[in-house]
This record gives sequence, C-alpha cells and structure tokens, in this order.
Amino acid sequence: MSEQAPPGPPESPGSPGPATATKQKDTSEASHRSFGQILRESILEGNSVTVIFLAIFTAIVIGGLLNAFTNTTVLDAWGNLFSAPGAAISQAWDTAIGAYVALFEGSIFNPHTVAALFQQASFSTAIHNGYLAAVFNPLSETCVQATPLLLAGLAVALPYQAGMFNIGAQSQLIGGTILATYLGYGVSLPPVIHVIVCVIGGFVGGAVLGWIVGELKARTGAHEVITTIMLNYIMAYLLSFLLGNVMQRPGRSDLISPVIAGNAHLPRLFGSTLRINAGFLLALACAFGVWWLLYRTTTGFEFRAIGKNPSAARVAGMNVERTWILVMLIAGGLAGLAGSAVIQGTDFSLNFQTYGTFGFDAITVALLGLGRPLGVVLAALLFGAFHAGAPLMQAQTNTSVEIVQVLEALIVLFVAAPPLIRAIYRLRAARAAGVAGLTGKGLA
Amino acid sequence: MTDVELELKGITKRFGSLVANDRIDLAVSPGHVHALLGENGAGKTTLMNVLYGLLQPDEGEILIDGKSVRFHSPKDAITAGIGMVHQHFMLVPVFTVAENVTLGMEETRPSGLLDRRKARNDVRELSRRYGLAVDPDALVEDLPVGIQQRVEIIKALVRDASVLILDEPTAVLTPAETEDLFRIIRQLKDGGTSVVFISHKLKEVQAIADTITVLRRGAVVGDKPPSATEDELAAMMVGRDVQLVVSKAAARPGDVMLDVEDLTVVDETGRVWVNGMSFQVRAGEILGLAGVQGNGQTELTEALIGLRPIASGYIRLDGRDLTHSTPRQRLHAGVAYVPEDRQEDGLVGAFSVADNMILDNYDRPPFASGINLHLGAIASNAAERVQEFDVRTQSADTPVGTLSGGNQQKVILARELGREHKVLVASQPTRGLDVGSIEFVHRRIVRQRDHGVAVLIVSSELDEIYALADRIAVIYEGRITGFRPPSVPVEELGLLMAGSEVPGGPAEAPEAEAPEAEQAGAGESS
Repeated sequence: MSEQAPPGPPESPGSPGPATATKQKDTSEASHRSFGQILRESILEGNSVTVIFLAIFTAIVIGGLLNAFTNTTVLDAWGNLFSAPGAAISQAWDTAIGAYVALFEGSIFNPHTVAALFQQASFSTAIHNGYLAAVFNPLSETCVQATPLLLAGLAVALPYQAGMFNIGAQSQLIGGTILATYLGYGVSLPPVIHVIVCVIGGFVGGAVLGWIVGELKARTGAHEVITTIMLNYIMAYLLSFLLGNVMQRPGRSDLISPVIAGNAHLPRLFGSTLRINAGFLLALACAFGVWWLLYRTTTGFEFRAIGKNPSAARVAGMNVERTWILVMLIAGGLAGLAGSAVIQGTDFSLNFQTYGTFGFDAITVALLGLGRPLGVVLAALLFGAFHAGAPLMQAQTNTSVEIVQVLEALIVLFVAAPPLIRAIYRLRAARAAGVAGLTGKGLA
Repeated sequence: MTDVELELKGITKRFGSLVANDRIDLAVSPGHVHALLGENGAGKTTLMNVLYGLLQPDEGEILIDGKSVRFHSPKDAITAGIGMVHQHFMLVPVFTVAENVTLGMEETRPSGLLDRRKARNDVRELSRRYGLAVDPDALVEDLPVGIQQRVEIIKALVRDASVLILDEPTAVLTPAETEDLFRIIRQLKDGGTSVVFISHKLKEVQAIADTITVLRRGAVVGDKPPSATEDELAAMMVGRDVQLVVSKAAARPGDVMLDVEDLTVVDETGRVWVNGMSFQVRAGEILGLAGVQGNGQTELTEALIGLRPIASGYIRLDGRDLTHSTPRQRLHAGVAYVPEDRQEDGLVGAFSVADNMILDNYDRPPFASGINLHLGAIASNAAERVQEFDVRTQSADTPVGTLSGGNQQKVILARELGREHKVLVASQPTRGLDVGSIEFVHRRIVRQRDHGVAVLIVSSELDEIYALADRIAVIYEGRITGFRPPSVPVEELGLLMAGSEVPGGPAEAPEAEAPEAEQAGAGESS
C-alpha cells in the first residue's frame, strides 16, 4: 500500500554511507531499503523450491517451442498444415523432443554407449578400449562444465548473503587465471606442490580483485556493482595486453599463453579418458566451506546480519566496512579458483576464450540457486549439463547450441519473476504470512 | 440518532488465516467525533483502509446516507466525501502547500496553465475558516510536523470531505500541537464534518471523542461514552485489568555511572545536533529525557552508543572514558541499548528470534568459541529468554519480523537486559506498543533500576516520562533546557520543551539563570 512509502528524502540507491545520516526526521517504522536490498529480497524471498522447478519446466517447454518453430523442416510441415495436420504437429514434437534427448545423452547418459559396452567380448577389454569410460563421459563432462560455474556461482552467492551484488566474478576469474597460468608455466616445482601453489595463486589472483572492490566500497562508498563492472573491462583488456606481451607463447602471434607444466595439472579422478578432475572436488569442498562459514561461524553470522540489515548490525557492534572487504576478498578468491580449475583442470593454457562467460553465467547460477550454497551446487550442475550436452545436440539434431543459452535465460527470467510463474500455474500466493506482516505493520 | 451519515455493517477482512476485521459494525453521525480505540493489531487501520477504498472487504457493506456503496479505490471514497490523514503524511516536501493541496486534482485555466491562484485562495479560505494558520506559499519541507498535518487536513477538506479519518494523528505532535489539533477538530465538528479519530491513547480519546468504539483482535468490544474511566477503557482494549502506571519505590541513587560532559555532536553537513550537553545518570535512578522529536535525541543516543563521531566533550561509563570507543567496545563495557527504531536498528527482521537474541553477543561465550557458533547454546538461550520475557512467538525459529511490535520490543529487551550492563539507554521504549506491552516494558525498566542499573529513558511521550523518571531533563535544539523532579507540572515541561528556559525550577541549582549552570545542577539534583 502506498502508506508504506512516506515521501521522504530520496536515498541514493544502496548508499552505504553512514546509515544514520538520513534519519533525522524519518523515524517512522517504514524502513528504507536500498535498491539492492529490494532486488535481492524480491528474488531470494519470493521463491520457493516449487517455483524454481516450475520455472525450469516452463523454460524447457518454451525452449522446445522456440526450437521447433525455428526449424525449417517444421515450418515447411506447418505450411502444409491443412493437407497434413498430423505431420505438422508430429514434426514439431519430434524436433523439440529430439533436441532434448540429444541434450540429455550428451550430458547425463547415452544408451548407445551402454549397448556398445555390452557388445564387447569381455569386461576387461571393454574397460581397456574405453567403452566403460564412454558410458560415464557425459556425466564427467557435466561435472567439468559445472566446476567453474559452481565456484564462480559461490563468488556471487556469498556477497549476496552479505547484501552485495558481485557482478565482477568475471574479472576475478580472469585475475585467477592470470596468476594460476603464470605460476603454471613460469616456475618449476615438484608434482603435488606445484598444483597447490597454482591453486593458491588462482585464489590470490581473484581475491586481490575482490579486495579492491571491498576496499573501495568501505572507504569511499563506491557501489560494488559499478566497480565490478568496470573491473570486468579492465581485466579483459589487461588480459589481452598480457597475452600479447609478457605472457605470449613463444613463436605464436595470436593471444595465447605458454602451456602450464604437467606438474601443475589438477589430477584426473577416473583415468585419463574422463576429464573430470580434482577441481570438481575442490568446488564441492568450497561449497561446503561457504555453507559452514555462513551458517556455523560468527563471521557468517556477521555476513548475514549485515546483508539483511546493516544498520542493526552496526548498532550491534559489527564492523560493517571490514566485513564488506572480507566478503569481497573471499568471493574474489572463489572466482579466482574457478579460473584456476579451468586452467589446471582442462585447458592448460590461457587464451582469450578461456574465461568465456563463466563470470556472467555465475550470476544466473547464483540466482537460480537462491544464493544458497546447496542451491548453487544444483544450479551449477544443471547449467553444467546444458553446456556439456549442447555440442552433441548440435551434432545430432542440428539444433543451434545457442538454444541452451536461451534456456538458461528463460529459467533466470522466470526465477526473477515469481509472480509470473504463480500466475501461470495458479499457485496460491504463498505470502499470506507476508501480507499479514505487512498489514500488521500498517496497523501500528 | 436518526441522521446517520456513514455506517459500516458487518465488515470482515481476512489476510490468509488472519481475521483483521471480524464483522465490525460502526455508525458515524454527522458532526460527531467518533474515536476508534484499540491496541496495535486490533484492526483499526485495516478497517479505515477498507473505508477509504484501499482494501476491499471480504464481507459486509458500507452505507452512506443509508445507501450501500462500494469503494474500489480511494478515488471512490474521496468522491463519496471521505478524507483520510495517514499516520505518515503523503506530501511532496519540495512543493508548496498550495501545490500539495491541488496535487491530483489540478485545475487549469482556459489557456491550459495551472490555476495556481485558485489553489492558493482555497487554502487561504479554509485556513481562515478553521483557524489553521497555514501559508499557501510555504514549502512543505520547511513546515513543522503539526502544520504539515494541517496541510493534510486541508487536502481532505478541499476535496469536500464530510467524514475525516485521522489515523493516530497525535503520534508526531507535541502536547501544544495536540491541543491545537483538538481545537481544529472541534471547529470541524461545529462545521458539520464528522471525524473518525484512531488512537491507542486513552487520555486523548477521552478528551476529544463523542463516542468511543473499542476494538480488540479485529472485533468490536463495545461502545463507551468519553466519560468512561481510563481503567475501564484499558481493560476493554486489552481484555484484562491493566496497571496503567507502574508502581515503583523511591529511587536510591548510587554512584555516577553515565557521565556526559559538554557533549557536542555535529553531522556530516555541519549541523550541530547536540550542543555542549552535560548530564549524569547514577546507578539505581532513571533519568527521563523529554523533548519533542527532532531536537537531537536521536543523535545523542547514537553518539552514546558510538554510531556517531563526537565533535567535543566526554562520555564516561563508571569512570571509564568511552568517548572514542567503537560500538562494540561500549556494549562490552556495559551499555545496554534499546534503539528508537527497533525494526531498523534493533533487529534483523529476517533472522529468527533466537538469532536476534544474540545479535550483539554472538561472538562471546557461551554462544561462540573462536569463530564456531554453538547452535545448542543459542537455542537454549532463546528458549529461556522467550519464557522469561513472555515473547509470543510460534517458535524461537520464527523470523522476528513477523512478530508484533510489542513482542519485537520484548526480544530486544530480553537481549539487552540479558547481558552484563551498568547503563541502560532506552530510546522511545514503548513507541507503538499497546497498553499491555507498555506495562511489561515499564515494569522491566523499573526492575533494572532497582537492581542498580543507571537508566536513561529518551521519550517524546510525557506520560512515559512521568511514569518512569526519577528525574526529568528536557532537551530542546540539542541543549538541556532544564532538570526537574517528576512532580513538575506538565505546563512547565511544555514550556521547556518549546525552548523557553523557565528559571528557578525546584530541582535546579540556584544559579539556574545561566544556561551553563544547568550542568552543575545535573549531578546534585537527584
């Protein structure tokens, strides 16, 4: 209701300045929230798990329709709708389903590989010739794709919980890749130590960038959304500069770094044919670590209190500015680890495609995961599966890989607009308590 | 009464499982002041929002002059002659009074330009008729709260309101402004306008109403004439007998615990909010700081707790200098703090009751060792405190934001009083609370005093100051205009609150003519 918003002095959105500065007159109970807080609450609190699943389902249906009706065969069939209506519909159905089947086969499980496995003379030859590996290859690829998404997703989710929007997972990831790559080829160390040093390097590379953002916010009040976006540009161009100069692979004229030493590779978990590597375990451990930090430690208590109500946290004696810095430092480190996992796990050298759009996909992963560690794990696995399955889908059904990005975008769109999903599925607004709370306040 | 103008019949409004209004009947006669009395959450505002078209009733009907009407929006209600002055004003601060009044019903001259002259004349005319003394050309942001409220009243009158709803109109006013408002209400009444006066303050309702309807838990408990006694009305509101004034023994002040000397607080823009203020609070006494809101109370308490830098002066706690300590150091040194705005500064609404119970204590044993939180200790602490302070909540895991104001305040008190503390600073400790909760909060504060805690109460409610204080200080524009014993007449406090330094108050030292001398009087006066 309009009475919840008394005309007060306009507050700069997300103004982190002294929280007490604007309160001289306005002592009303209507609490002023920053733009960021409102956005965060509307996304995080407006969603139930049901809504998330319905959002994914809806996105898949719409994605299928889009897919079917951009296919020339289907469109031809619809051109003959009146002469052969059945053909038109079944053609559309086949196209949509075919693409998803291929996506599934590419990301989770392909029955053909099992058939091939059982056609082998003996189990040992099957293993030896890689037929067993082929069965698990889709899952392995899903995990490989999910690893950087998961780590970078945590880098967005953790600041989320502390009331900040980290749009800069991209720049922090680049920072991590630069340092991890440099340590990978630039120094020579014994096997296990080299891996560890590079992983730490990845963390530090990202953490430095996160720290800059936190420090700027704490000292000058610069909003993290602005600084992280700008740092994304700065780091992309810095990378381009480095790859063309000091980090360029000798004898190459394109932008690519030397290959990192074999000692710096993250060990593969199930033999050399499957690409799944220790990076995936690292990512899961980080997810657990973030959960533990947030919900089992005093530091996490501070993070969450400051995220939900910075002024009450300040009154309770918490150091809000120092927490901002710490949160961004850890988040940057997590994004840096994502870079490390890509370089040391699968790519082994750094070029301009390495970082792709992980940093931005991370935002969608964190949104879909509702900013919670377990949610981020599940969301990263889902998007990892999309990424892993897309090439096979394209190869088998001639569906453009971009449909996967459309799917991701649709999912996030629906997750960001829970009322839309509720309206589509006529869910009872699960906000009775919320409404009561709202009017309870109005009754004051 | 035959000429019933406005009637509500069987109004029911539900929010989910909560019944905010349960078959409410209400009849407002023309030229009457009809008070709606009830605790917070009794459904007063919901009912008025139904009447004003902001909410649609689930059942029941609204009758105007006997005809059933349906309001789909405030526009319909305004057309039907109903005006509402909200608790929080709906004014554009950078517009003039006349502009605010015409906003939404701007009239234009044939040329298409705004007819400002007519707007100004309307305001002047109404202002004169009801003795409102409002300048149509003044900017709203420059006006005191009391005048802003009159602008809201003019807004309603310009739209030909014959029924005026005032939602907790006195919450933001000084005693003198309240008197002015009552005068205006009487004039409106004489002019034939009916007024629905919503309040939970017994005295005011008795002073102004012709009929009092008491609501409790969404239902009408009964109608009373204004001659009903306070105790009677309070019992109806709460549903049981209530002690309106907490009985307390005489204070036995001990050593000086909180010593504020020559304190000056300046904000970022250079405005001086607290101007060389000095006072002392002794162990076992309650100092009540009275004053109209916005005279530096907020800044003073924030400076005491360490949220605002101190430009000059000292703050000492039991002899220890805290002038430049961080909030955490002060909390650990033994300051308990009940902030003015509990939802903004006192609680994290999305956190559970249990987490809010440790909000400023989470990093100390038994709740944590190192960085590890002890969830067991947190849960058992919450269970204990919920019991002790009678916090009405489904469980300790319920988000605190869903509790009622009174229960939220109990959570804060439970947390602050549960810590070791020597000084309790409580700002507006019962703002927005119902009678029952006020009784509870007052009793706890007095009990802390009796245990030897030095208590500073900052309140703009004189009733509260009188009920609690062993000594009263009055703040005006960042200065203390006088210290008085609790026997001081209300008129004298009113003068001090308005800034006149009344010399020779009984509690003052003889040299009270000089403003600085008050500081000397502070310590001894108890």
